[in-house]
Amino acid sequence: MKTKKSKVSAFNKWGYIFLIPFIVVYCIFQLVPLVNTVYNSFFENYRSGLTQVGPNPVGLANFQSLFATKDIWNYFGNTMIMWAMGFIPQILVSLLLGAWFSDNRLRLKAAGFFKTVIYLPNLIMASAFSMLFFALFADSGPINGMLLHLGILKEPYTFMSHTASARWLIAFINFLMWFGNTTILLMAGMMGIDTSLYEAAEVDGANSRQKFFRVTLPLLKPILIYVMITSLIGGLQMFDVPQIFTNGTGDPARTTMTLIMYLNKHLYSKNLGMGGALSVFLFVITGILSLIVFKTSGFKLEDE
Amino acid sequence: MAQNIQIAYDVKGENTNTIHRRRAVAYVVLVLLTILCLFWFYVLFVNATRSNSAIQSGFSPIPGTNLVANWTNLLHGTLPIWNGLFNSLLISVCSAGLCVYFSAMTAYSIHVYRFAGRKLIATFILAVMMIPTQVTALGFLQLIGVLKMEDTFWPLIIPAIAAPATFFYMKQYLDSSLPLEIVEAARIDGSGEVRTYNTIVMPIVKPAIAVQAIFTFVSSWNNYFTPALVLKSDKMKTLPILIAQLRAADWLKFDMGQVYIMIAFAILPVIVVYLCLSKYIVGGIAAGSVKG
Repeated sequence: MKTKKSKVSAFNKWGYIFLIPFIVVYCIFQLVPLVNTVYNSFFENYRSGLTQVGPNPVGLANFQSLFATKDIWNYFGNTMIMWAMGFIPQILVSLLLGAWFSDNRLRLKAAGFFKTVIYLPNLIMASAFSMLFFALFADSGPINGMLLHLGILKEPYTFMSHTASARWLIAFINFLMWFGNTTILLMAGMMGIDTSLYEAAEVDGANSRQKFFRVTLPLLKPILIYVMITSLIGGLQMFDVPQIFTNGTGDPARTTMTLIMYLNKHLYSKNLGMGGALSVFLFVITGILSLIVFKTSGFKLEDE
Repeated sequence: MAQNIQIAYDVKGENTNTIHRRRAVAYVVLVLLTILCLFWFYVLFVNATRSNSAIQSGFSPIPGTNLVANWTNLLHGTLPIWNGLFNSLLISVCSAGLCVYFSAMTAYSIHVYRFAGRKLIATFILAVMMIPTQVTALGFLQLIGVLKMEDTFWPLIIPAIAAPATFFYMKQYLDSSLPLEIVEAARIDGSGEVRTYNTIVMPIVKPAIAVQAIFTFVSSWNNYFTPALVLKSDKMKTLPILIAQLRAADWLKFDMGQVYIMIAFAILPVIVVYLCLSKYIVGGIAAGSVKG
């Protein structure tokens, strides 16, 4: 017995060896940068023209000046508004499609084809996608051309110069890119629901609408929370689409400027103090959100 | 009991018409969404085949004859597209390879071995899974400055070794497909631990490896934020950076035929790979998320 145990623990040292690459790389390229970012947030450190100011320790002054201006709240608002404009249609369409795809009695033909098509935009390079939309919706672009041709418009609509249309286009790209992914996740959740529950509901005379609202939705709640929080975390990282779409300006009048675009500006201008404070702010928000995902995802080691 | 069956039958009989109607609605919505997804790529394709003057004069749904001309113009233009393609491919292939090999190895370590701190490490990796790379970008840039890795591919490739999301996916896959008895049997046969992993475990988890390799490849291929901060010189730039340059240029003076064919060039490889492997990709998406 004793020999067997020591033999097993001799094998177990390989557990540590196999962990080395991951842990070492994680510590160097994620943990050190994280600590360094937080450290930077307590220093005044930027370039003003040719003169380098700092690094001087300033305590929480970076955070004070970050929150003193309205900018951060405007950009936070922009990010959340554009996320919600994409996410609400996304979750509604995905719930509907998920319910149809997983409905045994509906027996949709070519479901595989439709799933393949709606997932496709998720794999498209976001920067190429937004460049494409920028070209298509340009003042003299094909969309304006079509609308003029069909007589819907009298003169070209300047999509990029109106807050609402610019935001809707960005939200629409995000919607297109993500609704297929959400559909497949929700569908997997719906397939996991015990079919006897639906049979029981049918025996009780429930129609498909009642089955959806009384059986499917309540049982889907954990997955819905997961989808929503992960989408929210993704939404906070919104960058590629508005950055390319507006060439980094966040126009019109910085109403499409997101938090990460703001961070990107600080990184380019080497304003490390403010950039650090903004990163810490983002880290805290995403940290809280990921904690919720972690608690709801129910991950367990199999021997617990 | 007989009464219940009777009711069920009635409900079913009454629903046949409703089912036909619902099916019709479902098909209409699905076809509309299909058009919504594919329309943009259709316009992209059509415009890539038309000359600049034709594009400027208005949209036409019929492809033009300028595909080859646009392509040659792009090749002889200022954008180093072959360099971009090569750089994108190199970074994405290396990232995908390193990511699946080492992240699966990490999952294997947690799955098979019982050592002190095992649970702590697994919990930690999952807890940090959702932390976006953007929030550590500032420190990351300073670090690669110190390591003298600016304007090289290393900072875009090496971090792929530690991918918590791939770890999570592989861990779930191992739980369902690798009984510990297989590892024990390999030990009894005298196989070393590394050899067991390479020659016995890897083939078993091949489907999951393939799915994760594709996802890592695609996300690396599409990545814009970090490469744009790390890569500075023209010959190191990847395709997303070239696309952004296209946008930043005074684009109205640009040949729009070239703009469209450049976009097509950047997304076509992924579309081709996807259409060949869509069955595995679509099937693999849900497996890595929560279990209902």
